[in-house]
Amino acid sequence: MRTPYLLITIAVLACGSYFLGRSRAFAVAKGCGGVKGLHSLPGHYGMWTALWCAVPALLVFAIWNAAESPIITALVVAGLPAEISSLPPSKLGLIMNDIRNIISGNITSGDPSPAIIKAAEHYRALQMISVDAMSAVILSIMVAAGLTIRTRISPTLKARNKVEKLVQLLLFLSSAIAILITVGIVLSVLFESIRFFKVIPLSDFLFGLSWSPQTAIRSDQVGSSGAFGAVPVFAGTAMIALIAMLVAVPIGLMSAIYLSEYAGSRFRTIAKPLLEILAGIPTVVYGFFAALTVAPFIRDTGGLFGLSVSSESALAAGLVMGIMIIPFVSSLSDDVIHAVPQTMRDGSLALGATKYETISHVIVPAALPGIVGGILLAVSRAIGETMIVVMAAGLSANLTANPLKAVTTVTVQIVTLLVGDQEFDSPKTLAAFALGLLLFVFTLVLNIIALYVVRKYREQYE
Amino acid sequence: MSGKEEILSEVTTKALHKERETVGSPFVENPRMTCREVNVYYGDKKAINNVNIDIARNEVIAMIGPSGCGKSTFLRCLNRMNDTIEGCRVTGDLRLDGMDIHDKNVDVVPLRARVGMVFQKPNPFPKSIFDNVAYGPKIHGLAQNKAELDEIVERSLKKAGLWDEVKDRLTQPGTGLSGGQQQRLCIARAIAVSPEVILMDEPCSALDPIATARIEELIAELRQHYSIVIVTHSMQQAARVSQRTAYFHLGDLIEVGMTDRVFTNPRHQLTEDYITGRFG
Repeated sequence: MRTPYLLITIAVLACGSYFLGRSRAFAVAKGCGGVKGLHSLPGHYGMWTALWCAVPALLVFAIWNAAESPIITALVVAGLPAEISSLPPSKLGLIMNDIRNIISGNITSGDPSPAIIKAAEHYRALQMISVDAMSAVILSIMVAAGLTIRTRISPTLKARNKVEKLVQLLLFLSSAIAILITVGIVLSVLFESIRFFKVIPLSDFLFGLSWSPQTAIRSDQVGSSGAFGAVPVFAGTAMIALIAMLVAVPIGLMSAIYLSEYAGSRFRTIAKPLLEILAGIPTVVYGFFAALTVAPFIRDTGGLFGLSVSSESALAAGLVMGIMIIPFVSSLSDDVIHAVPQTMRDGSLALGATKYETISHVIVPAALPGIVGGILLAVSRAIGETMIVVMAAGLSANLTANPLKAVTTVTVQIVTLLVGDQEFDSPKTLAAFALGLLLFVFTLVLNIIALYVVRKYREQYE
Repeated sequence: MSGKEEILSEVTTKALHKERETVGSPFVENPRMTCREVNVYYGDKKAINNVNIDIARNEVIAMIGPSGCGKSTFLRCLNRMNDTIEGCRVTGDLRLDGMDIHDKNVDVVPLRARVGMVFQKPNPFPKSIFDNVAYGPKIHGLAQNKAELDEIVERSLKKAGLWDEVKDRLTQPGTGLSGGQQQRLCIARAIAVSPEVILMDEPCSALDPIATARIEELIAELRQHYSIVIVTHSMQQAARVSQRTAYFHLGDLIEVGMTDRVFTNPRHQLTEDYITGRFG
């Protein structure tokens, strides 16, 4: 039986056992004065039966699949002629790859020898046996479990409590998965970074003022010094994010205040979704806008004042990025300002405060934790943004405080380092992971600061 | 009491006053506020119907009536808080010391400084106790310097009977106080701008009996300096704190009179039904 069919069968049997358990519960209930005589609802008994059928079956399925490949490989290797099976592990791995490729119909390296073809057939036969055996085991487990549990159903069986426990376990596992995946991502980046730091010292990376990740392939190559100082890259990121925030925070906050405090309900219902559309525009489209409209405009305007502006500038990228993240600030701020109780406004207005005094002295301070949260979300969005910067800010890692020059950001560098065919043991490629790790630490610190700020205001204001 | 009123109250009897026309003595000599032919609409719905009443100096006047009778709506006309409600329209003539407060040329900012308000639920600002009280004086520029501001805050908190409880923690958030203390803080906040009239919209409905008793004592003291209009659901509270009582019913002002008279000898059938607990 093929794997998809097996999974469907498991699902069908589990459903069936639900009804089996439920009908059994009804039958049992007749003997003790109706459903009220049971400890739990009939559905709980059905669910309990279904879980006993499905969960062991799925566990067996998972374990079997995990163990299958190594065992079959070992058996196939054992069956190979002595001259092949005695090869070193790396060569043997290549041969096993060939065998697997023959089975899945892929191209193999060169013409396979008869011994390899024979091994492939052996492999396929073992696979067939394995799947059949697994199906048989799983189906018999399910039938056995279903029948056993059916006989266990009695009025005193606490099926509801057991089902509740299992639901709790399921929810716990879901949250654990999210956390474990995060840990996994961090570790995968961390290990590659450690490999990078074995080649390039940590201090060179953190404090180096020059970024030029081209390493020489030949020793006589020119201009491939391979400098891995992250400072210019992070400076570029910080500058573009700062410009973006200088655009987004005032405009976003003020539009949020207008929408929630001044605008009529009709204007609000139209304007708010329109503003949120800004967040839905693909960033690559913002990239066009930045590269083709804003950057030339800034260059020409700068030219009028006698400033030399490069056609790719941090200012252009930052401005457009700021426009992009306006909705993050405005939409979230609007929600929190709207959530400030009306009694606050009444209290201030009743003292003779004007609308603006009320907003600036009472409403905004009360909504500040939420506003700070929205702003920090926008900051992390700005730091993580790539497309606009690639198109409008350039790739050259200048260490400069002049927003009219081209700069580059962490995300852009990661992209350029990993685009195309790469060897994963050169520091050039591994530098991407080091940058990623540093960026991760950076945003983590930012989030911790945000949490701290929000909590501080919470304590003060609630 | 005007001559017309006396005649009215003499000829009227309970039987005659099935109609929604105000009985009793809604008008006083030398009033602080006068309200004539006041109507309030929410959209097309009429919430207040032709109300005529005076508010005297240094009196506590209680507004009672079943839920939805318009007493809070009427109260909010007195400092134009209804302006903040979308679709709310007020007609009629409302005067504070002879000044038409619903005139287009009248600025609500000084008006609300003269007619303060305390709300049903204590609503201290998310600021320190000091800043809560100093808020009004600051926005109206009542203090020239820090010393004056300190003095205003202390005086207001003393008048509100809260000074001894909070003098050592003026920098702590006002929201950290108990419900009754918060409400007294709101009263201190209102009197910090030296109003002439204080409107109280069910100020004790969110408080426990002890805190309520404390506020009621405070109202009695404040009467020496201010006119107080208090909306309340509790007839006992109206009887305890007020000199005059006004009974509202479905947007009509049914009866106004001295509190003991209204509670012991109501002239209108609806008033009698309400205070004897037949509805409401």
